[in-house]
Amino acid sequence: MADSTVSPPVAVRAERFGVLRRLFGAPLGAIAAIVVMAFALAAIAAPWLAPYDPNAIAPVNRMQGPSGAHWLGTDQLGRDLLSRIIHGTRTALYVAFAGTGGALAVGMAMGMAAGLGGKVLDSVLVLFNDSIKALPLVLFALALVTIYGASMVTLISVIAVSMAPGYFRVVRNQVMVLNNADFIVAAQSMGASRLRLAVTHMLPNLIGPILVLIAMDIPAVIGIESGLSFLGQGIQPPQSSWGNMLAEGYTYVRQAPHIAVAAGLPIVVSTIAFTFLGEALRDALDPRSGGRS
Amino acid sequence: MANYLLRRVILGLAVLVVAMLLLFLLIYAVPGDPATIALGPRASEAQKAFFREQMGLDDPLPVQALTFLWNLMHGDFGTDILSQRPVADLVFAALPKTILLAVVGVLWAAVIGVPLGIWAAMRPNTWTDWVIGIISTSVVALPAFLTAIYALILFAVQLSWFPAIGAGEPGNYGDQAHHLVLPAFAIGVAWVGYIARLVRVAMLETLAQPHVRTYRSFGVSDLRIALRFVLPIAVVPVISVLGVGMGNLLSGAVLVEVVFSRPGLGSMAYDAVISRNFPVLLGSVVVTTALYVVANFIADAAIAYLDPRLAEKG
Amino acid sequence: MNNLVREPILSLDDVSITYPGAPAPAVRGVTLDVAQGETLGLVGESGSGKSSLAAAIIGLLPDGSQIGGTVRFEGRDLAHMPARTLRALRGTEIATIAQDPFTALNPIMRIGRQLDEFQHWRGDLNRAERRARATDMLAQVGLSDPEVRMTQYPHQMSGGILQRIAIAAALLAEPKLLIADEPTTALDATTEAQILGIMADAKARVRGATVFITHDISVVERLCDRVAVLYAGELVESGTVAQVLEAPKHPYTQALLACDPARIGKPTRSLPTIPGTVPAPDNLPQGCVFAPRCPVAIECCETIRPKLESAGPGRRAACHLVNT
Repeated sequence: MADSTVSPPVAVRAERFGVLRRLFGAPLGAIAAIVVMAFALAAIAAPWLAPYDPNAIAPVNRMQGPSGAHWLGTDQLGRDLLSRIIHGTRTALYVAFAGTGGALAVGMAMGMAAGLGGKVLDSVLVLFNDSIKALPLVLFALALVTIYGASMVTLISVIAVSMAPGYFRVVRNQVMVLNNADFIVAAQSMGASRLRLAVTHMLPNLIGPILVLIAMDIPAVIGIESGLSFLGQGIQPPQSSWGNMLAEGYTYVRQAPHIAVAAGLPIVVSTIAFTFLGEALRDALDPRSGGRS
Repeated sequence: MANYLLRRVILGLAVLVVAMLLLFLLIYAVPGDPATIALGPRASEAQKAFFREQMGLDDPLPVQALTFLWNLMHGDFGTDILSQRPVADLVFAALPKTILLAVVGVLWAAVIGVPLGIWAAMRPNTWTDWVIGIISTSVVALPAFLTAIYALILFAVQLSWFPAIGAGEPGNYGDQAHHLVLPAFAIGVAWVGYIARLVRVAMLETLAQPHVRTYRSFGVSDLRIALRFVLPIAVVPVISVLGVGMGNLLSGAVLVEVVFSRPGLGSMAYDAVISRNFPVLLGSVVVTTALYVVANFIADAAIAYLDPRLAEKG
Repeated sequence: MNNLVREPILSLDDVSITYPGAPAPAVRGVTLDVAQGETLGLVGESGSGKSSLAAAIIGLLPDGSQIGGTVRFEGRDLAHMPARTLRALRGTEIATIAQDPFTALNPIMRIGRQLDEFQHWRGDLNRAERRARATDMLAQVGLSDPEVRMTQYPHQMSGGILQRIAIAAALLAEPKLLIADEPTTALDATTEAQILGIMADAKARVRGATVFITHDISVVERLCDRVAVLYAGELVESGTVAQVLEAPKHPYTQALLACDPARIGKPTRSLPTIPGTVPAPDNLPQGCVFAPRCPVAIECCETIRPKLESAGPGRRAACHLVNT
């Protein structure tokens, strides 16, 4: 073997990275976490936080730019954009958590089945998940909307199915690792049930990767929800949604571009915040991952 | 090599078949008359009858599934409810426009993203690395259609540098290129960040391998090592991720087309969903799924070409 | 024998090496010369600092490492020369053979292209000429079908063949200094014997000197003229191979020789080992670094660090028992 001192200076690099993380990484993660919490607060306390009723129409004030009274301006019906954004946060986060939660449930069930159910079932489920990944999400969603109608249920179901393969992979790999672990084989030989073993030993190992995956998936779900709502096939008016507001802003993009700009802001800020939160979470859970990737 | 590629082809076909079966089940599971629900109130009785026949609604379920698959595999996606033209004609006419947009979008992103990733990897944990990392992480989750709307507002509406709608005059390539700039820009922005991050990690991993030290001990310069001896290894994982990212890329292109009112699969599907023209949507989904499978096969073939170890393992 | 009259090719003077972020130097105060035509065996256990020394000589310590003292190659100080100048010496005047042949070559490039690249300084030759040299050299290190080898990938070959290719690559540079870092450690015993044979030929072709890093005394005996024994980052004994192996002066060298399976005459049930462990660089004993494990340590060994001093003609040792 090489002298430990000459082999790639892992310890050295980790140490330098630790310094860097203390300097920059942690503050970024902390800022991201604060922004995410602010969105969560906006979602929970929307009726109290919003300065106006998001659906209060005031044609006199239509399409006004930002002002002291309306910080982000008003839309084509004179509704306060900030209030609509705050209420839209509720929709966005609801879809994000329901969508990723559904994906987690579906993916976890398939992953457990693949890991515990034998080779044939495993191959079938792997193929099935590869096939889901092959379906183009937006077109697939549009096709289903045509059959099932545009609604929040359709939207969340499509997201749950389309995003499940990520969770399937994480859960399946973890079960596979445990399948071969000595202590599991030992416990099994003493009569412990495989399912029970998998659940008790796997969950602690799974929480980290799944949290990271959820944090990384939420921006994607926000993008899908707003994209489909932008096409009019996601959240249906009059419910506030950032995508609906974008669609309205797009219609008046020449007369009142501030509507579309304002409607896009929460999408920009929330996707960036969740992405950085996911990065910080992953770094915190696995310091050896070497930072950003 | 041939063996490896053959296995990939078979796997790709299997993925395609299972995806189609999943679509079939989702259509079949609709409560009520699938023909009416799928084709909408505007469909004529003849169209509904054709749909029933295509789906084989009177046959047992497995026969229906096989009929469905058989028709799709033959490029028979049914008839457009509005124009009465075969859906396959419409889809294959729109497809090249969408592919052009997607490819130009991801190409310019690669041209910027790959060097950024290499640059960051060659100066790990420095300010350069940090700034590149922050920028690429910030853009990576930006939805392409939102970038498109912002680009439209700034560069088309406010500054009038680029046209806001359409794909340009047929035959006038300059005009078409002019129309392509903003949509391709919008699609590529997130990919710049994505590619830069992927390349950085793959480069760092490869740079830590012992053969890099061998080349350094022979006095080969770090830049030359990075570009000629590390990058070809580092791009392997990047290529396979790009293959899988094909789905995202197409979804982005679909929405961006709608934003810029560009003809293509996205605009076609958008019109179809408004008019409840299900066969057109089904055809778009099937063709783009096939496109994903083909893109992944190309990625696998490129990897096998780049990494001889993989091809031999089969 | 008459080393003193010849100008050394490589001359280390009071060399210490500190890794970035490390609390203490990993190598301390190493002074030794390698003369023209000589083969030096650098012996030590893992963590003794022998590979760090090799990395310091060729300038491949990690960024931010500190080198104290001087490393002179033909009079030029390698430790404090611009990186560019030092790089120009690598692959021309100084060639290296890496430890693990399985990972030392680029996995996705053909051998021919890699051997071509290693000759990148030879701008006077065209590509066909460089390839011809490479093919010829592969034959000289005993490879059959060198043309076929040139078109193959590393994963298609055994460790023995790969190590011959690595030796060929080093010889293509026609170096004045050849550094071989445990070139047989990753190989099985039969292959090791073959590679040592090739190495014996190879070092004869080097214009200057060879430094052979190993933990294996029998390799030193077979290939080297002089030996330097490192322990915990310090040089404890040096001299000609004949002197040191026949009559080791330092207790550590004595212990090392006693543990060498090849020198144990009588059959034993267990191999002897040196009790205790090598101290960490940041937790060194106050006196002699070997004192805690030394079977013959006396009182002053615990408190006073012995200097490396002459212990007879052409040899030196750092031990109170030898020097007093």
